[in-house]
Amino acid sequence: MNYSQLLKFAAPETIVVLTALAVLAVDLTSLRGLEPRLRFIIGGMLACVGCAAAAVWMIVMPEQANAFGGMLVVDPLTQLVKVALLGLTVFTILISIESNFTQHVGEYLALILLATVGMMFLVSAEDLLMVFVSLEMTSLSLYILTAFNKRNIKSAEAALKYFLFGGMSAAFLLFGLSLIYGLSGATNLGGIAAALQGRKLDPLLVVALVMVVIGFGFKVAAVPFHLWAPDAYEGAPTPSAAFIASGSKVASFFIFAKVMIIGFAGATGSGAFGYYESGWVPMIAIVAVLSMVLGNLGAIVQGNVKRLLAYSAIAHGGYALLGMLANSQQGVAALVYYVITYGMTTLGAFGVVAVVEQATGDSKLSDLSGLCRRAPVVSVCMLVFMLSLAGIPPLAGFFGKFYVFLAAAAAVKNLGLLWLVVFAIAMSAVSLYYYLQVMKRIYISDPPAGAPRMRVAWLTQATLAVLAVSVVLLGCFPGWLVGLIERALASLAP
Amino acid sequence: MLAWTIYISFLGVLVLMLLPKGNASSARKVAMLSAVTGLLVALAGFFQFKAGELVTVAKLPWVPSLGIEYHLAADGISLTLVLLTGLAAVGGILFSWNIEHRAKEFFAFYLALIGGVYGVFLSFDLFLLFVFYEIAIVPKYFIIAIWGSTRKEYGAMKLALYSFIGSAMVLVGLIAAYVVSGARTFNVVELAKYPFPHDFQMWAFPLVFVGFAILAGLWPFHTWAPTGHVAAPTAASMLLAGVVMKLGAYGCLRVAMTIFPQGLENWQLGVLGLHSWRDVIALLSIIGIVYGALVALVQKDFKFVIGYSSVSHMGFVLLGLMTLNTIGLSGAVLQMFSHGIIAGLLFAVVGRMVYERTHTRELSVLEGMNLGKAMPFAAVTFVIAGAASMGLPGFSGFVAELQVLIGAWQTYPTFAVLAGVGIVVGVAYTLRAMQKAFFGESVGPSAPLGAKAAKLAGSEPGAPFATISVPERLGAVMLIGVAVLIGLYPRLLLDVILPSFDSPLFDWLRKGGAP
Repeated sequence: MNYSQLLKFAAPETIVVLTALAVLAVDLTSLRGLEPRLRFIIGGMLACVGCAAAAVWMIVMPEQANAFGGMLVVDPLTQLVKVALLGLTVFTILISIESNFTQHVGEYLALILLATVGMMFLVSAEDLLMVFVSLEMTSLSLYILTAFNKRNIKSAEAALKYFLFGGMSAAFLLFGLSLIYGLSGATNLGGIAAALQGRKLDPLLVVALVMVVIGFGFKVAAVPFHLWAPDAYEGAPTPSAAFIASGSKVASFFIFAKVMIIGFAGATGSGAFGYYESGWVPMIAIVAVLSMVLGNLGAIVQGNVKRLLAYSAIAHGGYALLGMLANSQQGVAALVYYVITYGMTTLGAFGVVAVVEQATGDSKLSDLSGLCRRAPVVSVCMLVFMLSLAGIPPLAGFFGKFYVFLAAAAAVKNLGLLWLVVFAIAMSAVSLYYYLQVMKRIYISDPPAGAPRMRVAWLTQATLAVLAVSVVLLGCFPGWLVGLIERALASLAP
Repeated sequence: MLAWTIYISFLGVLVLMLLPKGNASSARKVAMLSAVTGLLVALAGFFQFKAGELVTVAKLPWVPSLGIEYHLAADGISLTLVLLTGLAAVGGILFSWNIEHRAKEFFAFYLALIGGVYGVFLSFDLFLLFVFYEIAIVPKYFIIAIWGSTRKEYGAMKLALYSFIGSAMVLVGLIAAYVVSGARTFNVVELAKYPFPHDFQMWAFPLVFVGFAILAGLWPFHTWAPTGHVAAPTAASMLLAGVVMKLGAYGCLRVAMTIFPQGLENWQLGVLGLHSWRDVIALLSIIGIVYGALVALVQKDFKFVIGYSSVSHMGFVLLGLMTLNTIGLSGAVLQMFSHGIIAGLLFAVVGRMVYERTHTRELSVLEGMNLGKAMPFAAVTFVIAGAASMGLPGFSGFVAELQVLIGAWQTYPTFAVLAGVGIVVGVAYTLRAMQKAFFGESVGPSAPLGAKAAKLAGSEPGAPFATISVPERLGAVMLIGVAVLIGLYPRLLLDVILPSFDSPLFDWLRKGGAP
């Protein structure tokens, strides 16, 4: 394989990197004197065009390649996830454009794009080295994005917490990965699986597994590695939080599942009711159960919408893990559908919070009071997002949950994993309570006396509306995305 | 064509959302137009229907890789309930003609609820049925929490959570059924054919049945019903009692009892004289009948009387289902229809005619108002509706409850006797409420508003009540007409309902539950 071929396979990533540099350069050289809003519009449009170009490139020129033994894997599935990631990035940029938390527009947009590049490489990686490098590339960009509001001390605090926890978990992950290399003598996932085949679950492998789960558990904010999430979401500038909750979740879940399902194919174990067998499945089953319980119960008592969304993200992480636990093709399809639609929904919810924050200065639940009369369009969008998160049909969140639950129930003979499904469904009944609390604020509480109608920029309104309509359409016609994912998966099967 | 009942309702929601703000009169006209068209479509479907057939309305692949279909169809049972939904929808709008506060949103939520209900009754794909079932939950919450009265937020949240927990149980059962059958289909006819393992049915049946029965007001999961009914605005109480509770009962019959019929078989051992889930549910419905009636007898709030009477009447539906003989089952379906009409009428009198004029529902306060003279129309309507509710011959309630009792007599003679007791108590609480509310001791020569009530209403003592408006009269006449029509000529519905039980869907049930 020569470099020109490599460049061809990595073209989308290259386009995004070049866009990031271009945005930075244009902002530094020619936009300096302008007001931030204008710089945001010009830079943001440039960034969106770059992302769109990369996405179009992948759609028009589908490739299938495996460069350097899994360093860069390009196939229909990774391309589909990458297109989804680019879409989420575009929406993140669109909801950032009207924000006013920073003067460093070029740097902010470039960091978002670089984080996206990290995620794209992450999705394409089937080699431990590449996984770690791209994971760090994403994380470092996200730490800085969290700290980006220099005027707010909470933002710095959040970033520091995020960074310290993140650094620690990266150390765990690296330790785990090095143990795996020691055990198997390979860094690529297929090689690891082959080397570990038939090996008993010895203590060293257990330690390695636990370390890896800790490392990835942090990235997907699963209990008990979730402690950073509520603080980071609350303190970070809202668009950054939206990006952490959407794009980064999609990429992390995808690679987490890939490493576990491909790399540890020989150490699966069993989580079927009454037939436990040690391996990664029972371990992650416990993590999933804890996430669902703590996420949902924690969300009930939150008074701040961003914190509430953080706890709901933890809970949703728990549901998504069920798709991974299914350890089947259908499970992966369900997981991908779930995280993509979840990413869109939560991005929209954060977008609404950003609007409210700009008008009222805070994101407490009480700041949402009477929103339906202050900003009717935004309120309808929030209704869609909240109900989708609660899993009410015909919205995307419902089908996502349904698909994941179905995959989990079908995965093991004799409904072995049904206990997890029952648990998840019970917990999602609990979740309706706090989502309805948010809706109650918006639709039932009266607005504060004398509060004027909010001025919402048409671009923000249009972005949120597009997201809301997509959530409705993906829920009403799930067959389209499911078909795409399943065809992509089928093309991978040997 | 019947599918248009659903589309028209959701189309109405869209139109209402696009209407300019603060235009209550056009909002109710749009809602009325949509509801009446829905009713006309339902009527047309009803009269075109040939007894015993299964009309496929729409059958399109929806999520092909999972075998999920957009499959709408109707048999006699669905049609009866679609017709009921149409009537209740029109009635509800007639009785909420006076809503001015956020009218546009009110009718939008109202039509969304109606659309979901139509959808449930017409779905033959269980995934689709579940989707419509859940669509109906959210509008209920908002309608009660925004436009309700007494403890509205509590009542609304309780209702939403009870419904959602019920549907969660159903979802577990559906997913399990899909996986176990391995047939990659949610088609209810296909699943009903599949011989699920006996042990599986034994736990899946109660799960799904109770999940649906929560919404049908099965004792002891009925507590959402009285609080929800009381908190809801009139139109929503009418819909809740009229059609939403039927969603639950319909689900029990259409889903739980058709795909897991062996769940009704005897256990290996008996506990306290109960030998199967069938016995347990029959016992719970009897408790519901008697308990609901007894509690209604001692209520101080007029609307709570009707709320608990709904629990009691829905007990007849569930008892009818558990008889597993054709007369009992068709009685149950007829009772769903009949109760939908009569309860709607009762709630309309209490919530709209009386409460919105007197601003109190305390029976002791109403007693002093001499409402029988002050609003004769309301009094007459209530007397007729009360008579229908008591099960007097000539009204639909009589035919339905008689059928259920005959059916029960063949299988559960003791329970049939106890249900008879429930009917007697029913007469007592209806007469008590009627007497206190409308024919109380007059405190003075025609004092429509007593001092206390006047304060509540914010008007001068002695001011006359607003006259009963035309929409109210229309609604009352329509509902009474239907109740009498079905009471005098029950074959109109029975001819449609009975042949439906001959379909292969109910093969197992028709054998009387014997293995």
